[in-house]
Amino acid sequence: MRHRFPIDKKAFLAAAVATLLCVAFSFYGSRKLQNFDPALIAYLFGTLFALAGAVYRYAVWLQRPPTWLYFKRTWQFVFNGSLLAHLWLLTKESVRNLAFQAFIYPRSRLRWFAHFMLASGCLAAFAITIPLTLGWIHFTLDPASAADPAAIKIYNAHFFGFTVMNFELGSTLAFLIFHALTWCSWLVIIGCLIFLIKRLTNAGLIATQTFEGDLLPLILLIIISVTGLGLNFSYAFLKGFAYDFMAVTHAISVILFLVWIPFGKFFHIIQRPAQIGVHVYLKEGEKKGMAICPHTHQPFTTQLHVDDLKTVTKELGFDFTLEDGSSHLDYSPEGKRSLLAKAHLAARCESGTYFG
Amino acid sequence: METTAYKTDMEFFVDMQRCIGCRACEMACAECETNGHESMIHVNYVERSTTIQTTVQVCMHCDDPVCAKVCPADAISKDDFGVVHSANTSRCIGCSNCVMACPFGVPKKQEQYDLMMKCNMCYDRTSAGKKPMCATVCPSQALYYGTREEIARMRPNSTPVNTFIFGQLTVTTKVNIMMPKGSTHLKVH
Ligand code: SF4
Ligand code: SF4
Repeated sequence: MRHRFPIDKKAFLAAAVATLLCVAFSFYGSRKLQNFDPALIAYLFGTLFALAGAVYRYAVWLQRPPTWLYFKRTWQFVFNGSLLAHLWLLTKESVRNLAFQAFIYPRSRLRWFAHFMLASGCLAAFAITIPLTLGWIHFTLDPASAADPAAIKIYNAHFFGFTVMNFELGSTLAFLIFHALTWCSWLVIIGCLIFLIKRLTNAGLIATQTFEGDLLPLILLIIISVTGLGLNFSYAFLKGFAYDFMAVTHAISVILFLVWIPFGKFFHIIQRPAQIGVHVYLKEGEKKGMAICPHTHQPFTTQLHVDDLKTVTKELGFDFTLEDGSSHLDYSPEGKRSLLAKAHLAARCESGTYFG
Repeated sequence: METTAYKTDMEFFVDMQRCIGCRACEMACAECETNGHESMIHVNYVERSTTIQTTVQVCMHCDDPVCAKVCPADAISKDDFGVVHSANTSRCIGCSNCVMACPFGVPKKQEQYDLMMKCNMCYDRTSAGKKPMCATVCPSQALYYGTREEIARMRPNSTPVNTFIFGQLTVTTKVNIMMPKGSTHLKVH
């Protein structure tokens, strides 16, 4: 039998629209390609592919019943009632969970440190390279300062063709800006090495990890960072020694990384904000009241959660409805375990002996 | 997960009626490398006010796992051996859908980590051909891991059952529960 991979039409449309929008933005953002750097063309295609793939997968993902439920509920809650309070909550949660990944800290300080290095390095590098690749940002030498040999050279930074800032060549700011990717590389390398050591030594991780799912992403990031650093180093200190080799390796690894974002481990970067939706959902659900387990008589989750799960499980083809019209999902996890044990005991009793 | 020595002739047999509530399995479970030394097994009193009955619950490794289907983050997966794995840490968003929807009450939400963790049948051990931690320490053999022949010899008056009825829903699982001889299923409600 031939395998068919049906294309999801809605997702395809979303991906196409997003990609075209991005192309349009880049065309006009680079002032009709005037400020577009042709050396970055391969990266441009990688970025566009990553965008299309990520939007496609996100759209497919959103259409899964449980995902759609959280998505819908989050925005319902955010736009209902006190918008300001919700925006404050969203901001606070984003800083805590997305920028600082605070939820990792309790699992281990080292794990958090490694992840924070890795994430900060990657996110900062994205923030720099994507606008550069798309031609949204570019730098020019200030014509006035360039004309005067005695003057200190001034650089202008442009965003979407508008000049947003300038700085003197040789200043600390210039040093920080021109080497921003170097700092990112070091952060990524430190983070990756800690994780790599963990993954090669921890028995639990060794048993459950896969090469392409867990190790390859780390290796790829290390290659990207090392060759990126190498380019700089070769240019600054080695008179361009091995520059071409590193440029090619760098380009290949970056493009692999970009193309892989939608399909592999890196997709979690795009998926993670959903965690904030879950927090909003829990908070709003609590206001509406908790569900009480008929067996333990204790609250165990929000009534909203139980009701939503009844709908979602039915949509997925699991009908937990009981003969009396109530549901197995009305019971807490402990209640469910106890019910099973009671049914087991009853069956044993019926057979005439407690053990067998 | 690539090359393993998983023994497909070994199965899990649970007889909660034999559980004496000693919690040895809880201690053993925390030794498992895959859960970061958190205990995943559940031992609880069934109705503390009226009986001393306790029960023990491991993940049943459902053939069609509800936990994985209700997960909005695609964090739970079932492998080729039928083992349903704990949440992928980079994906799980801590929503507890799986905790509340699992018909056996198995997954645990680790609030402090905003992460769900569950029994993966000690995958570090079973994938190396060893028995899960809990089954190696259970003094009453409420938890047993071995071959069908072994359990048939040890429990001639019981039948392993892996079909469970919850109202409208029938769930089949990889893990077996020991029932009176001749039983075909366990009807919970
Ligand atoms: S017993 Fe619960 S946690 Fe285990 S596979 Fe089935 S649904 Fe998932
Ligand atoms: S708690 Fe994690 S694993 Fe469980 S359903 Fe939610 S996201 Fe999935």
